[in-house]
Parts: sequence; structure tokens; C-alpha cells
Amino acid sequence: MSFSVTEPTKGTKWFAGFLVVAYAIITLVPLLWIVATGFKSPADSIAYPPVVVFEPTLEGYVNLFTDRTRATDDMLAEAGPPETWYDEIARERGTIITGPSRYGERFLNSVIIGFGSTALCMILGTAAAYAFSRFRVPLKDDLLFFILSTRMMPPIAVAIPIFLMFRNLGLNDTHLGMILLYTAVNLSLSVWLLKGFIDEIPMEYEEAALIDGYTRFQAFYKVVLPQAATGIASTAIFCLIFAWNEYAFAVLLTSGTAQTAPPFIPNIIGVNGKDWPAVAAGATIFLVPVMVFTVLLRKHLLRGITFGAVRK
Amino acid sequence: MTSSPIQSVAKKTPDGFARKIRGLSDRTIAWIFVAPTIFLLLAVNIFPLIWTIRLSFTNFRVNRPNNDVEWVGLRNYERILGDPDIWNTMQATAHFLIWTITLQVLIGFTLAYLINKKFRGNDMWTTIIVFPMMLSPAVVGNFWTFLYQPQIGLFNYVIAFFNGVDPASFSMIGDVNLAPWAIIIADTWMWTPFVMLICLAGLRSIPDSIYEAAECDRASKWRQFWTITIPMALPFLMLAVLFRGIENFKMFDLVVQLTGGGPGNTTTLTSIDLKREAFERWRTGYSSAYAVILFVTVFGLASIYVKALNKVKER
Amino acid sequence: MKNTLLTSAAAGAILASGLSSVAMADGHATDLTLCWAAWDPANALVELSRDFEDQSGHTMNFEFVPWTSFADRMLNELNSGGQLCDLMIGDSQWIGSGAENGHYVQLNDFFDANGIDMGDFIPATVTGYAEWPKNTPNYYALPAFGDVVGWTYRKDWFERPEIQAEFMETYGRALGVPETLDELTDIAQFFQGRDIDGTTVYGAAIYTERGSEGITMGVTNWLYNYGFEYENPDQPYDVDGFVNSAGAVAGLEAYRELYETGTPPGSSNWYMGENIDAYRSGQVAMQMNFAFIWPGVEADENVGGGRSGYFPNPAGPAGQFAQLGGQGISVVSYSEKQDAALEYIQWFAQPEVQARWWELGGYSALSAVVEDPGFAASQPYAQTFLDSMAIVKDFWAEPAYADLLLATQDRVHNYVVAGEGTAQEALDGLVRDWIEVFEDEGKL
Repeated sequence: MSFSVTEPTKGTKWFAGFLVVAYAIITLVPLLWIVATGFKSPADSIAYPPVVVFEPTLEGYVNLFTDRTRATDDMLAEAGPPETWYDEIARERGTIITGPSRYGERFLNSVIIGFGSTALCMILGTAAAYAFSRFRVPLKDDLLFFILSTRMMPPIAVAIPIFLMFRNLGLNDTHLGMILLYTAVNLSLSVWLLKGFIDEIPMEYEEAALIDGYTRFQAFYKVVLPQAATGIASTAIFCLIFAWNEYAFAVLLTSGTAQTAPPFIPNIIGVNGKDWPAVAAGATIFLVPVMVFTVLLRKHLLRGITFGAVRK
Repeated sequence: MTSSPIQSVAKKTPDGFARKIRGLSDRTIAWIFVAPTIFLLLAVNIFPLIWTIRLSFTNFRVNRPNNDVEWVGLRNYERILGDPDIWNTMQATAHFLIWTITLQVLIGFTLAYLINKKFRGNDMWTTIIVFPMMLSPAVVGNFWTFLYQPQIGLFNYVIAFFNGVDPASFSMIGDVNLAPWAIIIADTWMWTPFVMLICLAGLRSIPDSIYEAAECDRASKWRQFWTITIPMALPFLMLAVLFRGIENFKMFDLVVQLTGGGPGNTTTLTSIDLKREAFERWRTGYSSAYAVILFVTVFGLASIYVKALNKVKER
Repeated sequence: MKNTLLTSAAAGAILASGLSSVAMADGHATDLTLCWAAWDPANALVELSRDFEDQSGHTMNFEFVPWTSFADRMLNELNSGGQLCDLMIGDSQWIGSGAENGHYVQLNDFFDANGIDMGDFIPATVTGYAEWPKNTPNYYALPAFGDVVGWTYRKDWFERPEIQAEFMETYGRALGVPETLDELTDIAQFFQGRDIDGTTVYGAAIYTERGSEGITMGVTNWLYNYGFEYENPDQPYDVDGFVNSAGAVAGLEAYRELYETGTPPGSSNWYMGENIDAYRSGQVAMQMNFAFIWPGVEADENVGGGRSGYFPNPAGPAGQFAQLGGQGISVVSYSEKQDAALEYIQWFAQPEVQARWWELGGYSALSAVVEDPGFAASQPYAQTFLDSMAIVKDFWAEPAYADLLLATQDRVHNYVVAGEGTAQEALDGLVRDWIEVFEDEGKL
């Protein structure tokens, strides 16, 4: 027999591939429905019965990025003819654009808070994970479980004390406050994951580096970190996904300056009730950065998973 | 997602190794590395927790800043544990937890198993399958209410297409019997990929040599699956269950946007109930006690579970 | 597109900073923040407020929070003494806690000094949005947005001859705007499941929402008209026998009957937005909703332009009432810019501004605006608004309103939507809940 015993047969591969692709397609339907809704007109978005074929429009995206008001005749007269294509779309609905919406700000907040907390979390998490992996830390097991247990608290449960505490510290509704908060929430997962990755890096490398005259910090920085890069990348994806999408704290602790997009998106109100195309457009755009990040780090995600898992 | 997070027996620092440091001692470096994490967790997690515990013995209400705060001892705890409604929400939470975890583990593991057959393009399809978990749960919940609307949503029409019933004849979020399943379906759609990823890590950690040895012993594929694949992947499955369990015990955003806890109290999970007590009724003391009870429950269950997990690992 | 928008925003900012630096010169320019719900009228208020910015040199910022989290977010803000909002257009039920917990500034002296007379406003809005305690001349807000629950119906469907004929045959009377709640239920049942232009349509979209205040704002339209009273008129906080009177029970049963027999499948958690969607997409013949949506209905491509009609909540056996909505505008006591905030209120109270407010789609509560001879004819829904505002009743506005509301939500939703127990049990339970709240508050 010439084939490896562990290599599945062609038939098995086909069958497995078929099932996975079938699942992927089913799972994509709700997602595609969201994306499609973003390109529907408001009437099509709530069509009864729902429409699959429709005339695409950018109205949802215009509505997402602008504030509009229903125009009286004299306002229309005063405003003159529409100047841009998006003006025109708004005018067709009898509205005029009064300015940019707050989606841009909220999105930017999400970028600052999401990526900021992910970065901070990776820095603190890697350091802590390294220490747990390489040194005798007193009460190590208890500390590790303690770190995990901080994730068990329902956000609602600590929201009031955090709110009061942040108010006293002047952190309420600030980027820094949210970054610290999300970092803390994500740290438990990060430390646990990263410790696993660092455990897998053979200690001989560092020993060799130390013998070569590196200090402990240099060894960590120049030897361990590059080795752990894959693990850090895949951990970062999980942290970013959480911080990017977090809702409960964001809705309770932020309002004007530091609010992220998730509390904003589901509630975009148009001139007439909920603006489903704008909501869908907002959700679609909001998905893009995480998606790009994940696709770019795809190899790391999958390799990271397997890498840490190879047993000695 | 590795085997290592669950290793409770930490590796020992070799003695010869420890002596070879210059400058700072290992102990100092260890503390410098760990301290910021511990400090942040103490400040943002533990301090509020202690505050919550303190508040749980009072009748404090945030919306009555001028009222005197009185110590009420264990009265809040007695009221909660004696309230049949809370047991109903616990039941709803248990139903949600058990079914989401069961479905996600079954589907997630199956997918990982199939993907591990390494058919062409499995990388790409894996990435596609992971997309739902990148969405914001609040947005997902919101959109699933839309999908579930019998008249304008897609869900009923798809079901109707496959089994021929009238799309208007059932309502996923309006029916007291179907609503608990509506939230399970949405959560499963969103989080199965997470379980799949962990399972995939587990499957890929099994060295080929073990299967080769089994093949030599003429063990059937079926036997190999039950004696090698499952036992070796079990720690990963259990890790997936742990993380999903913790997350879904806290479930708030997706369900609150999807059903708001209704109809009736059928989908009022504990976090939703807690939010109503804390931020709508503003019974701060009472809700703090409620929060402490929930925390103790998860903490207790998780510690038992982690012990079991470590046992499995050590086998 | 985003680039252009950003550019225009930048241009606006430069312009604004230019303006404010001019005003800075005489030392009055202030950045004011006004907090309200994120909804259609809020966009109109932004537009309206431009005049104020031009006149005063102050800059207006707006913080609009979606209705579903409006109360949580804003009460959190007030309870924590936050300074986010200088001006608050808070819901009518908050006035009690706003006044008693010192969140709002009492406005009597300010009104007197500036010649603002509460007698110039629609009386129901003054009682509903501004006074605490109710029916005493202590004002904590200026009525800002009048709102009331009313009905929208598909005039085009109602007028079809074949539908008219069939209705006449079935019910022995002409199909038209219902005079009573029972007639409304008949019409809803008549349309339920009917085929119109190839699609199945349903009777009415009504409020059933559980999480915030939805079903309460809906069911009270039945309860009031069937004989429900909040308390003994002679003895405050005496609720037993009034909340759960035989009439109230009948009203609750009638609401459930309508829910069971005349509403679209799946309408189990519906409030303003879902009702609008159902109506605009042609699912229902009638919808219950606050009046604020009417300008949007008129402008809608599917149901606007004369295809819709409006009517006030129909009468029941015990009278004709409608649930009050709407808000007053208050100055937040934690604000450090109260003078500028008061300036805004002074500006807002002017009759010209109020007239413009109506024109932009805001429901002015100023009598001079609504009593203007041209008002009733100015919009197809204007008369309905006037008729509705004449029959309003509001929920409790006690400081403990949130507890009273949540109890109502639970009891009513669980009976109407989830079908738990009987109407009598639900209202008896509500009486117990309310008594407990009043005891906690030291009112009993």
C-alpha cells in the first residue's frame, strides 16, 4: 500500500468538503441577508413578503453617514438644487442633509478602544504569561484561576461599582477608561492562551541566549517574543473580536465622547421609524476591519491553534 | 486554544537556569511581569466585586441618593432565594446553556472533524465559517428579530419552503414554546465557529503516529475514533464547553436585543433579569446580592469543572 | 463620500468656531448639550435650534439616545449627578423623581421673570410634563413636545367598494372610523387574514413590547376607557378596587382578545418602530402609535399621500381617553451652564419658534399654535391630534414610577402575550405589586 494510513481517501475528502461547504453556505445566508439589506431601499428592506431580487441603492449608506431632516417647501427652495449624488438621494425622500451623522465618530471610537485595548492586553498578557510559564510564581495555580475567574462576573453585576469608581476617577465616558476596562476583561483569556503558547517554546533557546550574554529581558524580547508571535496574533484576534463588539459596558458606561459603534448601530432611526438599510450598512462596514484582520492573520489563527497544541 | 491553558501543574524552572541571570533576579522579573496584570484585574474586577459584596448587605438605591443607606444583613439574599421568579430565570438560563452547548459542541466538533480531512480549500472555508462570530452580538440579536418576523423576515419563508407550512403559521419569537429555541438557534449560529476552532486545535494535536500504530493493530476506523480521537480531543472539547459555558451564563446582549426576555418570562435569562433589577428598578443593594449569588454559582461550577478538566488532562 | 462629508464637517467646525469666537468677545458663548431620545422629532429640533445658535452665539450639542435605552441611560446620568446634559427633554413620567431628587431646576421664578405663562400651553401638557406635584403650580419643565397615542388606518383599503360591501354584510354597519373600541376590534378581526392585492393582511399593530414601557402605553388605552382608575379619587394611593375593578378587568380581556384575534403573527414584542414597519410594509389595516409618526406616514411612499387616515383612540363603556406621551424640557441642576440653558428655554417658548416647530414636524404644546384657525387644516392629522390631546391621561409620574411601570409591564405582558392566568389575577397581582412599592416609598 502506497498511501499513508492517516491520509483520508479521495471519497472521504469529497464528502467532508461537501458537508463543510454546505454548512458554510447555510451559515452565510443570514450574513448575506444583512449585507443585502444595506443596499435595499427602506421600502424593500421591510417588503412583505421579503424580496430577494431588488434594485440596489446606496441610500442606506447615505443615511448611515448623514443626519437628515424632513424638509418643508421653503427649506427646499432655500437649499437650491442638490449638489452631490448623496444630496440627490436624500432629496428624493423629501429630506435634506443637515450634516454628518455620528457614525464616523462612533466607528473611530471603536477603532481606538478596540485596537488600543487589544494592544495593551497583548503587552500585559504576554508579560504575565511569560512569568507564569518560566518562573516560580508563588501561588501560581491560584493566581491563574483567579485570573480566569475575573471573566465569570456578568458585566451587569459590576457595572454600577465601575460606573461609580470611574466617575470618581474621571474615567467615565473616556477612551482610556474603556481601554482599561476591556483590557481587564480580556486579560484572563489572553493570559491563559498565551501561557499555553509560551509553554510550547523550548526553554533551550533562552538558555542558549543567556549563555551568550543576553540579559533576561533581552532573551524575552529577542528570543521568546518572535517565537510567540503566532500565538500572540491568534490571541489578539479573539481579544479584538470581543473588544470590538462589546455592548453591555458600552451602553451603560459611555454616552457622548467614548461610545463605540455597537450600541449605536442597532438603533439608527431614520425619518420614518427604524432605518433598516442604514442599520445593515452600519453593521456591514463595522464587520470589515475585524474580517480583514482575521483574513490577514488567517494563517496565524489556524497555525496558532495547532502550534500551541502539538504535544511534546 | 491549546492544551496548555489547562495545565495546572506548572513547569518548574530548572535550577541551573535560574542561577544564570544577571541583573535582576528571576523573582523580581516575575513580579514586574505579573504585577501590572494583577493590579489591573484588582482595580477593575476585584475592587468592584468587593464593592458589590458590600452593597449587597444594604438597601442602597442609586436613584435615591438622598435616602439613608441602611445595613440590612442577609435580607436581600433571603428575598432572592425565596423568589420563585428567580428560579424561573435560572431554569431558562439552564435550558439555554445546556442546549447551546450541546448543539455547538456537536456541530462544532463535526465540522472540525470534517475540516481535518484536509480537503482542498479547507483553509478558506474555515475562515468563512468563522465570520458570524466576528459580528457584534447586539447587532446579531437585532437582525435575528428581523429574520424571525413571520411577515417580513427570511427565516419563516425558508422553513416554509422546505416543509411546506404556511410561513405565517408559526412565530419563533412570539410563541412561548418556540422563543427559547429562537435564542438557541441564533446563539448556535454565531458561536459554533468558536467551538469548531478549539476542536480543530484538538484534532490537529493528535500525532499521526498514534493512528499509524492503531492501523497496524488492525483497529477499525470506528474503534480508532472512539479510542483515539475522542479521548485525545476531550480536553479541548471540555475547554470549549468551559468558555462557552461562562460566556453564555453571562449572556445579555444577543438575547436582550432578540427577544427582550419575552414573551412572558420565557427567555428572561439571569443577566437580563439582573439588568432590570439594577438599571430599571434601581434596587442596587438587592441586585448586588443577586450578582453575588450568580458569581458564586459560576465560580463554584467552574472550579469543580476545572478540577475535572485537569483530571482528564492528566490521564 | 465620507471624505466630502468630513470636509464639510470640518468647514462647519471652522465656521462654528469663527462664530463662537465672535460671541466669545462679549463673554457669553457657551457649549450647551441637550439630551433627548433619538427619533424623528429630534432631527427637526436640531434644525430648529440653528436659529438659536445664530441669535445667541451659543453652540448646541445634542445627545440623542434610542428610546429603548433612553430611560436607563439618562436616569443613570441624572442619578449620578452627571454633567453631560445641560438641557433634558425627559419623559413625562420622570418629572416626579426629577423634582424630588433635585435633578431638575424649578422654573417658576424664571417663568415669572420672563413672562412665560403656563396658561398659554395646552393644559394637559402642563399637568403631564411640567408640574410636580401634579395639579400644583410648581413647574420643573416647559412643555416641549406634545404626544398622544392615536390610530392610523388604511383609508384606501377602507374605501374599497367590495370591502365596504362585505363589511356591511358581516356586521350590519358601514365600514368607517370606529366609534368604540369594540368596533375597532371588529374591524381588526374583519381584516385579519384577508387577502388584499394578493397578500395576506392582518387587523391592527398594537403595543406589546415587554422590555421598556411598550405594552403599558398600549393597554392603558383600553383600561382607561373600560373604567380603570389609578387610585381612589378621594384617597391617594388607595388602589385596590380601582386598578382591578370589574371594568378594568373587562378592558384587559378586550385587549387580549384583540391581540389574539386581530394582530399579525409574531407581534409579541412590538412598540413604536415595529408598528411603523408593519404598517408601512402593508401588513396591517390599522396601527396604534404615538402621534409623532404621523408626519412620516403622510410622507411615506407606500402609505402616505392620502392613503392613510387618522383617528383618536375610540371610546369604551366608561369614557374616551388616550394615553399621553410627550415630554417637557428641563434644566439639569448639575449643569454649570444653567443661564445659557435657561436662555434656550426662553427662546424656545416664543410663539414664532413654536409655530416653526410645528411646521418642521414637532408637536408644539403652545395653545396659540394649535388654536390658530389654520392649524386643524394644516395637516391631515392636525385635527386628530387636537381631539386626542383633549382626552389624555398619563401613567404615574411618582419618583417610583419605574417600579410601578415594570410591575405593569410584567403583569400585563404575561397575561396578554404569554397567556398566563386570568385578567383578574393579573390586575390583582398588579395591585399587590403597587401597594408594595407605595409601602416601600412610605406613601402607605
